Amino acid sequence: MEEKEIGCARPTGALVGEPEPASEEKAEPAKKEVPGMTVMVGRKAPDFEAPVYHKGKFGSVKLSDSLGKWVLLCFYPGDFTFV
Amino acid sequence: MSAVADKYPVFQELGVDVYSVSVDSQFVHKVWNDNELSKMVEGGVPFPMISDAGGNLGKVYGVYDEKAGVDVRGRFIIDPDGVIQGMEVLTPPVGRNVEETIRQVKAFQLVRETKGKEVTPSGWQPGKTTLKPGPDLVGNVWKFWKPRDNK
Repeated sequence: MEEKEIGCARPTGALVGEPEPASEEKAEPAKKEVPGMTVMVGRKAPDFEAPVYHKGKFGSVKLSDSLGKWVLLCFYPGDFTFV
Repeated sequence: MSAVADKYPVFQELGVDVYSVSVDSQFVHKVWNDNELSKMVEGGVPFPMISDAGGNLGKVYGVYDEKAGVDVRGRFIIDPDGVIQGMEVLTPPVGRNVEETIRQVKAFQLVRETKGKEVTPSGWQPGKTTLKPGPDLVGNVWKFWKPRDNK
């Protein structure tokens, strides 16, 4: 994990390799279809970089930093939910 | 998440990097870990907890529920080449079975180690019979494996 300084703004992540949205696009968020991004077994997992909390520190992780290792990626509905 | 955190040493032994993902901020992750999860698992959550603000990752992985504004329970096993080998998606009220995830990781690792020369039949557990695909196996699986072998 790369440790990062945090300010007041809530940090957000992004897919790796996706172009930065042009600034004038702000009024209407563009729907971007990234070709070949269908998630399916046997296909590449889309790479991303995202903010994390890890053992008392804030930082960010990049999925492709785990290349060469197995990865378990677990989505869940939310902190403080019951299951 | 505490169930996965509890089994983290097993995942480490298997050489698996674990990440959890929800739409909550890093700050909420910290408070949840400090105030609740650390009371359920000694030392708290040992792996990075990803903040997926806006569900951007969830959308790409097909697990973001637009209506609820959350990522549903999607679990992905990704191999060392970055290829998704397993995925399982559940609606929120039912939790995952971490033991099943561990079983699947072990099975995928065995298949990878043998370069696909061995495959694992339904319900396979480490040490149990594997199958070796080839012309001789066609129509002959029954000679090597039956469902009751799992019992």
